Amino acid sequence: MAVLKVLVVDDEPGIRSGVTRILKSFQVNYPFMDEDYSYEVLEAATGEEGIAITEREKPDIILLDNKLPGMQGIEVLEYIRNRNSDTVVAMITSYASLDVAVKAHKFGATDFIPKPFTPQELKSSIENITKQQYLKRITHKMNEEGRKIRYQFLSVLSHELKAPLNAVEGYLRMMQEKQSGDLIEDYAIPVERSLQRIQGMRNLIMDLLDFTKIRLERKDEKIEEVHLSSIASNAIVTVQPYAIQMEVSVLQIIKSDAVLMADPTDLEIIFNNLVSNSVKYNKPGGKAEIIIDEDEKDVIVSFTDTGIGIKEADRENLFSEFVRIKNEKTRNITGSGLGLSIVKKVVELYNGTITVDSVPDIGTTFTVRLPKKVKITS
Amino acid sequence: MRKSDYTILVADDDPDYLFQTISNLSRAGYKTVAAESQAEAEAVITRFRPSLAIFDLMMENDDSGFILCYKIKRKYPDVPVILATAVAHETGISFSLDSEAEKSWIRADIYLEKGIRAEQLDQEIMKLLKI
Repeated sequence: MAVLKVLVVDDEPGIRSGVTRILKSFQVNYPFMDEDYSYEVLEAATGEEGIAITEREKPDIILLDNKLPGMQGIEVLEYIRNRNSDTVVAMITSYASLDVAVKAHKFGATDFIPKPFTPQELKSSIENITKQQYLKRITHKMNEEGRKIRYQFLSVLSHELKAPLNAVEGYLRMMQEKQSGDLIEDYAIPVERSLQRIQGMRNLIMDLLDFTKIRLERKDEKIEEVHLSSIASNAIVTVQPYAIQMEVSVLQIIKSDAVLMADPTDLEIIFNNLVSNSVKYNKPGGKAEIIIDEDEKDVIVSFTDTGIGIKEADRENLFSEFVRIKNEKTRNITGSGLGLSIVKKVVELYNGTITVDSVPDIGTTFTVRLPKKVKITS
Repeated sequence: MRKSDYTILVADDDPDYLFQTISNLSRAGYKTVAAESQAEAEAVITRFRPSLAIFDLMMENDDSGFILCYKIKRKYPDVPVILATAVAHETGISFSLDSEAEKSWIRADIYLEKGIRAEQLDQEIMKLLKI
């Protein structure tokens, strides 16, 4: 239960006690709110008193009469607006002239409650204002969280970009100072490692580009009928040179030639990332398979490998940004730590799910389910 | 004592940075022990007292370096510790270790930005070891 403070500023004692009585037992709840709202009413008989209470109590809602003994309602409104608070002001007045209405609107009054009002009229106004207040708070909170996440993302990202630079710089210095000898052959390892780190950095930058792509607003016109088997074939062609190098055979098994309404680029991101993982975390002589199937609701694509597997404890954060599983088996495998987080975001864009099954040293299966009835969420 | 009488523990999860630091320290004349993770460094500390330790800040945990500082200082209060990181600017973590207040919670003796030159690192180590 959340309590909103309502300040009623009116010189008529009857109005003040009426508002207090009506709102005392009133509660507001919308299906999208996580809790009920109730009200605590504060009363002020003059504009001056209203301002004093506003300063002290910081009410969420102010019901403001325009015709007051000293300072006028409009002046109180102007004062409150200049305070830059989130307070919502509704004017209550029996002299709702056009002039007052225009001024009040200009100074940010959100509602008019004509006097005299019935309890129901007051309640529906309060209900509206509460909804506005709630949405304002939620928006504010989400902006805050967004900022925090962006900040954390950037700080980890710059760490990930600086680490390979430091490594390559260090190796170049070793060579500049001829630490291991005079011949270029004396530096085979530093050269090889530098090339690997640069490759890792390039992959990170490519993944970042994917990442920004999916964060952009979706455009419906790119959606078309896509045969998953053709996306799978392309992904296999793309990964083939790497697979040959790793001695891993890659094949696709079409149990059903599933068709999906989708942006082909999105599906390529999903397939390319997961197939390349199946190869990357495999063993020499291993196998990687893309299995395409469907049931009445979803298309189901599984990416299976005979690789090093993922321990249960490591699965929890697998889809988070910049998470890489570090152990003896993965130490020489480079990666940006972005691939799976990108895949998950794209899958969720299509209201789909991704799950992982794995047995260490036996292999891993990622299963992607995408609903056939696609409703793109941005 | 000569430099070869000192053993320096280096913990860093970046294998290249670890390799380079170890190689620089060996060239400077020190004995070295390498650890690739916080866990490995903790295992080293339990069975062996290094003359000095250099810890990376972010390893398997974001605060691995802090944890290692704390653990080594509890076991061997007089072993000098260098905390190394590449993330100071980005994370807004900035500490000089000049004030007593900062020293009381960061149990490192000095804090170094990663990527410093080998000679600079050697200077700092000699200061800490009073060579």
